[in-house]
Amino acid sequence: MATHAHTADPDAPAVYEQFEDIDQQQETYILGMWSFLVTEIMFFGALFLIYSIYRWQYQGDFYIFHKELDYVLGGINTTVLLASSFSVALAVHYAQLKKKRQQLLALGFTLLCAFGFLIIKAIEYGKKFEHSKFPNDTFVWDAAKYGGDPEHARLFFSLYFSMTGLHGLHVLIGILVIGYLMYLIAKDHPVITDYVPTELVGLYWHFVDLVWIFLYPLFYLIPK
Amino acid sequence: MSAILERTAAPDPQVKKNYLNADHTLASWLLTTDHKRIAVLYLIGVTVMFFLGSLAAAFVRFELTSPRGQILTHETYNKMFTAHGVIMIFFFLIPAVPAVLGNFLIPMMIGARDLAFPRLNLASWYVWTISAVIVLTGLIMGGVDTGWTFYTPLSSLYSNTQVSLVLVGLFLSGFSSIMTGVNFIATIHKMRAPGMTWFKLPLYVWSHYATSVIIILGTPVVAITLFLVVLERTFRIGIFSPELGGDPVLFQHLFWFYSHPAVYIMVLPAMGVISEVITCFSRRQIFGYRFVAMSSMAIAAIGFLVWGHHMYVSSQSVLQGLIFSLLSFLVAVPSAIKVFNWSLTMWRGSVQFSTPMIYALAFIGLFVIGGLTGLYLAAIDTDVHLTGTYFIVAHFHYVMVGGAILAFLGGIHFWWPKMFGKMYNEFWGRLSAMVIFLGFNFTFFPQFILGYLGMPRRYHVYYFAPEWQFYHVASSLGSTILGIGFLMPAFYLTASLLRKDNVAPANPWGAKGLEWENASSPPVTLNFESQPIVTENPYNYDPIEDTNKVRREAGLPEIPREDPDKEVHH
Amino acid sequence: MNIFKVLPVAPEQASERAFGYDLIFWTITILAVVFTILVFALVLALAVRYRRGSSADRRYPVYHSNGIEAVLTLVPLVLGLGIFAWSSADFVKFRQRPKESMEIFVIGKQWMWHLQHMNGIRENNELHIPVDTPITMTMISQDVIHAMYIPAFRVQYHVVPGRYTEMSFTATKPGRYKMLCAMHCGTQHSEMVGFVYVMSKSDYARWIEGGGNRYEPRAATMVAAGEQVWNRKACGNCHAGMDTVRGPTLNGIFNAQRRLTDGSTAKAAPDYLRESILLPWLRLTKGYETTMPAYKGQLTEEEVLQLIEYIKSNSNTSTSGSPQPYSAPGARTLPTPTHPENATNRANRYGSAGVTQSEEGAMNAR
Repeated sequence: MATHAHTADPDAPAVYEQFEDIDQQQETYILGMWSFLVTEIMFFGALFLIYSIYRWQYQGDFYIFHKELDYVLGGINTTVLLASSFSVALAVHYAQLKKKRQQLLALGFTLLCAFGFLIIKAIEYGKKFEHSKFPNDTFVWDAAKYGGDPEHARLFFSLYFSMTGLHGLHVLIGILVIGYLMYLIAKDHPVITDYVPTELVGLYWHFVDLVWIFLYPLFYLIPK
Repeated sequence: MSAILERTAAPDPQVKKNYLNADHTLASWLLTTDHKRIAVLYLIGVTVMFFLGSLAAAFVRFELTSPRGQILTHETYNKMFTAHGVIMIFFFLIPAVPAVLGNFLIPMMIGARDLAFPRLNLASWYVWTISAVIVLTGLIMGGVDTGWTFYTPLSSLYSNTQVSLVLVGLFLSGFSSIMTGVNFIATIHKMRAPGMTWFKLPLYVWSHYATSVIIILGTPVVAITLFLVVLERTFRIGIFSPELGGDPVLFQHLFWFYSHPAVYIMVLPAMGVISEVITCFSRRQIFGYRFVAMSSMAIAAIGFLVWGHHMYVSSQSVLQGLIFSLLSFLVAVPSAIKVFNWSLTMWRGSVQFSTPMIYALAFIGLFVIGGLTGLYLAAIDTDVHLTGTYFIVAHFHYVMVGGAILAFLGGIHFWWPKMFGKMYNEFWGRLSAMVIFLGFNFTFFPQFILGYLGMPRRYHVYYFAPEWQFYHVASSLGSTILGIGFLMPAFYLTASLLRKDNVAPANPWGAKGLEWENASSPPVTLNFESQPIVTENPYNYDPIEDTNKVRREAGLPEIPREDPDKEVHH
Repeated sequence: MNIFKVLPVAPEQASERAFGYDLIFWTITILAVVFTILVFALVLALAVRYRRGSSADRRYPVYHSNGIEAVLTLVPLVLGLGIFAWSSADFVKFRQRPKESMEIFVIGKQWMWHLQHMNGIRENNELHIPVDTPITMTMISQDVIHAMYIPAFRVQYHVVPGRYTEMSFTATKPGRYKMLCAMHCGTQHSEMVGFVYVMSKSDYARWIEGGGNRYEPRAATMVAAGEQVWNRKACGNCHAGMDTVRGPTLNGIFNAQRRLTDGSTAKAAPDYLRESILLPWLRLTKGYETTMPAYKGQLTEEEVLQLIEYIKSNSNTSTSGSPQPYSAPGARTLPTPTHPENATNRANRYGSAGVTQSEEGAMNAR
């Protein structure tokens, strides 16, 4: 991909050939990111809608099933993600100030949190698998013991796995993107000399965080 | 009569560098980020898909000539109409105008060197191609018998055909759409040339803006819905299956939330093409620019609120039905505005009947019939008897074939000289437009009657109602004419590429617009040799001069111009 | 020789609703034709008059006119709203259940219609009804979504698994009419076709007398069959004549408002009763625990319908119940079988065997 700087300033970020100047490029990137986030909202939105319908329809059952989920682990994960959101905001701040070391540190912390989140999630998933709560052939719901309809239990855990799974996939993609961004920053790659790439990653990461902020109370904290 | 006159300018003897001959290696095509080359890649792709989809339609029409079917089993017949629907909708109608003409034209029309995200654009083509391969694999290795609507629980628990594979393909193709939509929105917002204000945008760009809004809001919903059906088939998760505690009608809501706006994804860009073609060949400004532009946005907005009119009889409440019916009538109004504004654009213009114009006029005729038959289906009571019958099939084809495909062909003919720098044979062009118009009506008009008589769609046999056969045979005969009509452009357009004596000038139609006035044919790799600056309104044609030019050549007296002293009124 | 017999352009009008329907249909058609001609004429006139090189005056072109746009907006809008109002009024009427109607129970399955009369007559892909009598179909599917469609009556409604849908009509003309499935339901969708036989009232009475059609001998009435299910499943052990600690009485509850454990209320309409039989814990009546087992998977759709009819018959006492004019008189009495020895055969064939068959069908379909 041919990139060429329009100005002589060696510190100036690269402008791609389709853009007039750096301002236009930055504005376009940020607008593009927001449009992408709109599609993401609709993507998760459909799932949240489905969840809401069944939660409303099978309210009592969902209360019973939600007790299977570990709200402590979920709560820790919420804290972890909130901390990572803060650090990614810091990273954008340092990117604007062109403080490379602090920016890398902040992104590194975000990455750490993201890994932490996935590890805790993996522990949670592992427990569900152990208890045969994954909705495949091995799924078991002891209705006699806990109450609730086994098929609705299946529905609940299907929604749980598909929604947190899709969210986990987004965290995973976030890890790859943040890692790549850190690599580019460390290498002083020309596309990274301004703050916009970090800002774009930050926007994405805030969105991922926000999805969890909705997922956590909807699945883990169902009131009777 | 007209296009030939414009062609008198001798073509440049020296072959200039352009986007087509900039590089000849295969890699330069497959790794290109040039929006024009990607448009050509898409053109090849959608053409292949169109003829595959037509082939399936040919089988369907052949089967229906006899009340007991001809050669296929029920199972194969069901797979045929599903293949026809899936291929035509997801791999022809949705990408055709946006990904081919939109990709090519949007940067050129707004005076940009490329789309905002060229690599994303290339990625969208790869995703589209991979998804097309997956879907075709599924359709060939076993097929799918659920119909393109994939209603649950038939698609989730009962069908034992290749539903999962095809749905994964469609899920992927959704991302291709989303990438294109995001790209167009960012491009139209931020990449306009100096002076290109929102209300100086060509209407084609407006219609694509509206389309992109629909794409980014709707496509993710259907993508996740179809993916949940795949999960349901794999893990029996039960979201859409009543046996497992789910709700089959929920699928319909989510499906039509996208798939109704999707018909606007297919037809809005087509409307944009018509606005460009009608103004050019009427040689005057569009009638009511702002109304046409805003009606696109109105269609995009209201289009999201009418999905329930597909479900009047699927157990929604009476009140719900009435609300959707009311909103459906409202969405008809902007379309009506467009039709009348296009017609009035010819008023005091200088109309020439070139191939693209004949396609555009045919579009208006068929779209009017398609739109008006929509009234029967928006009206909740009349819909009860007609839904799920051939009336729907006919209405849908009038809007989609008569609308989207005719406009696509009109657009391809209009911008063909720009895309490839070659003129096609005008006689064959006009003939094909008229053959398609006739063949189309011959094929689909009888289906309105069939639907009213009660022939349900997706029926393979109808031996219990032999009186329907006449209409089916008529329709099948018409489809043969239609097929010939569609084959003709494939031949003479390809032939135009091979000939050497038909080099197109930069602006063969004398059209307005940056892509015609500021770029060569074919354009150079970065579109313009110098940055265009926009000062005048779009469609700033002079019909009087245009007509007088012809009259002077024919030795007729010139028609008068406005008296400069008299006040101009409008 | 009537050309329209060979080449019909409109389906027969054979129901009360058909004429009003066609009135709207043809009104829209006239509007559509007028507008199509208008646009075609406008396009042709403008295109010809202002063809390139013609001598028509082209001075003072109009590029925008709020007046014209207002007309172009308002005329379609007003006409559209007019059609909307008219068709909506007709639709609301169509969706209303007649005060008194003969009930038909429809079970759709891949790929046949199974219909049952109140008096126990069962039919497959055939329906015999008397003329000029309001009919209400209560429909449910056993597998995928179907759509009950009778073109000559201008009625159609989806038959959805997991919920009851309802459709009413009154046939006005004796004859044989197509009864189709209008929602793609799999391989033999196009053969999920039957006929409605509309008979004069006297013919219908004779038909009933003869025990219904020749293929499916008549079994117990809906209510009696429901009672058999009730006894077989020993529902009465908990649901007695009065509320007990074990369960509420079901006498008189049909269509009554029920208070639920979470404080909300629910109307004991067929859908609620069906849910409460199959999955009783979802919406429990206030004051009761989750004692009742779920009957999901243990009852066929047919049995559930019969049970609901039985419960309903116990509510048809004074206020809500109007006697079912065309069901067997005195809802509890079994009709006397014509040949007693056949009755046992029937019970064997259609009592249990019929059920297993349909269950097997559902299994195979998967």
